[in-house]
Amino acid sequence: MSTAPVQGAPTAETSVPAGAPPRRRRSAVSPRLTRAQYLTTAVLGFVGLLAIWTAITLSGLVNPLFLPSPLAVANALVGQAANGQLLEDVTVSTYRVMCGYLLATVMALPIGLLAGSFARVEAVVEPIMDFIRYMPVVAFVPLTILWVGTDDAQKFLIIWLGTFFQQVLMVSDAVRQVPSSFRNLGATLGLSRLQILIRIVFPSSLPRVWDALRISLGWAWTWLVVAELVAATSGMGYRITQAQRFLATDIIIGYVLVLGVLGLVFDQLMRAGGRSLFRYQKGRS
Amino acid sequence: MTLLTAPKVEVANVTKQFGEVTALSDISLTLGQNEFVSVVGASGCGKSTLLSVIAGLEGPTAGSASLGGHVLTGPGRDRGVVFQSATLLPWLTALGNVEFALRGEEDLSKKQRIDRAREVLAQVGLDGFEDKYPSQLSGGMQQRVALARSLSYGPEVLLMDEPFGALDALTRRTMQELLTEVWEKHRMTVMLITHDIEEAVFTSDRVIVMTPRPGRIRAEIPIELDRPRHADIIGTPAFHSYYTEILALIHERGH
Repeated sequence: MSTAPVQGAPTAETSVPAGAPPRRRRSAVSPRLTRAQYLTTAVLGFVGLLAIWTAITLSGLVNPLFLPSPLAVANALVGQAANGQLLEDVTVSTYRVMCGYLLATVMALPIGLLAGSFARVEAVVEPIMDFIRYMPVVAFVPLTILWVGTDDAQKFLIIWLGTFFQQVLMVSDAVRQVPSSFRNLGATLGLSRLQILIRIVFPSSLPRVWDALRISLGWAWTWLVVAELVAATSGMGYRITQAQRFLATDIIIGYVLVLGVLGLVFDQLMRAGGRSLFRYQKGRS
Repeated sequence: MTLLTAPKVEVANVTKQFGEVTALSDISLTLGQNEFVSVVGASGCGKSTLLSVIAGLEGPTAGSASLGGHVLTGPGRDRGVVFQSATLLPWLTALGNVEFALRGEEDLSKKQRIDRAREVLAQVGLDGFEDKYPSQLSGGMQQRVALARSLSYGPEVLLMDEPFGALDALTRRTMQELLTEVWEKHRMTVMLITHDIEEAVFTSDRVIVMTPRPGRIRAEIPIELDRPRHADIIGTPAFHSYYTEILALIHERGH
């Protein structure tokens, strides 16, 4: 066959990409913000919150024992950082979150992919998952202590219980959202059902699966703190309960803020990972 | 084009039911070797179902479809399908999408697959766009990649299911000219499903008109317009008379 380009080479259509790229978050009614505008506004929001907090503590309306000033909290955190305790607590807690979360993820991915692909697997797995995920994880804390004690394994187990079942459902849902036209394409290309799954359906579902994993990482942090509050000898949650005993509200608030920042950092890392993995997608945030 | 040889594709007494609904009722038709046939009809006339049966994506409730004398039982690489949406794999470039289809050709090395993919993309006028991702291509260009993908592995029949239906009018015309030009150069057996009468007359050797509820063949019109065809034939009286004839057949319901 000849390779000469034919008449009707892209002309008018070339210059009109399908839909303008949505650069930043869209809003239904107001015009879009540039990245700089967005960041400035976001920072101003935080500053405003800090200002309200400062105003309340300065006004003397609240006993500083219950609500210390931002400065007191910052001082407490600096103290904890200086004696190395903050880093130690963050390290221990991060290690626990990662272990429990990765354990849940490694198990949820294949099960979710299969449940999303095969109706029979779905019928077996999903009702069970749906049932278990409505059981309050907190209620499992005493049981897990009886089962595995109070060491790291119990923290992993609580995090696993809190994320695994939700992950399976979200992953299988992501797989199910792959349009059936993709399966038809694979069939007409002569691929077997297994090849269609591996080469077409799974890779198509990955961006959604990644989002599901990002969201469930946030839950993993919540369950970690729950586990550490109840029974632990180290970690962020443990330090908070210790601080409670000594009425050190500045440390409690400081640690809660650090937990918030950690969550934000990990979420941004996952977002950045998604942006680089799925660069082919337009307007991924 | 008259049929001098045995038909390439033969649909014999195909009926397709979806529950209570009869999508196709006793459909029989043939596609000759290297013939370009369009199937037109209002939405719901079963034309897309007919294509799915030939593609092997839907099994007929009764009757059979065969290719080269062999009854079809499922999808396969002997038939290339272009869907209404381009269904390009978003994580692959234009080149990657065509190369993906060629992975089924076991005697081709990776380098040969890439060379072949480049060649076919050039045929549909996409040289220079090989490394673009689908999200960076316009709707018309995405459909060109889909066409290149189906042409790449040399199927015996090309089945097209309203491939330009989602495109704007200007792009659609360009695509019709492109398709006609590619076909006139490398003749092959094509079935084009469309609701656009102009598209059917412009591209085809023969137009099959279907009517809905239940899906039946109303008429078959041979299009005896000279080839190669260019867009200027659309204004001619001969073209117009085919157009009005088919339009009348589509609107003449209740037969």
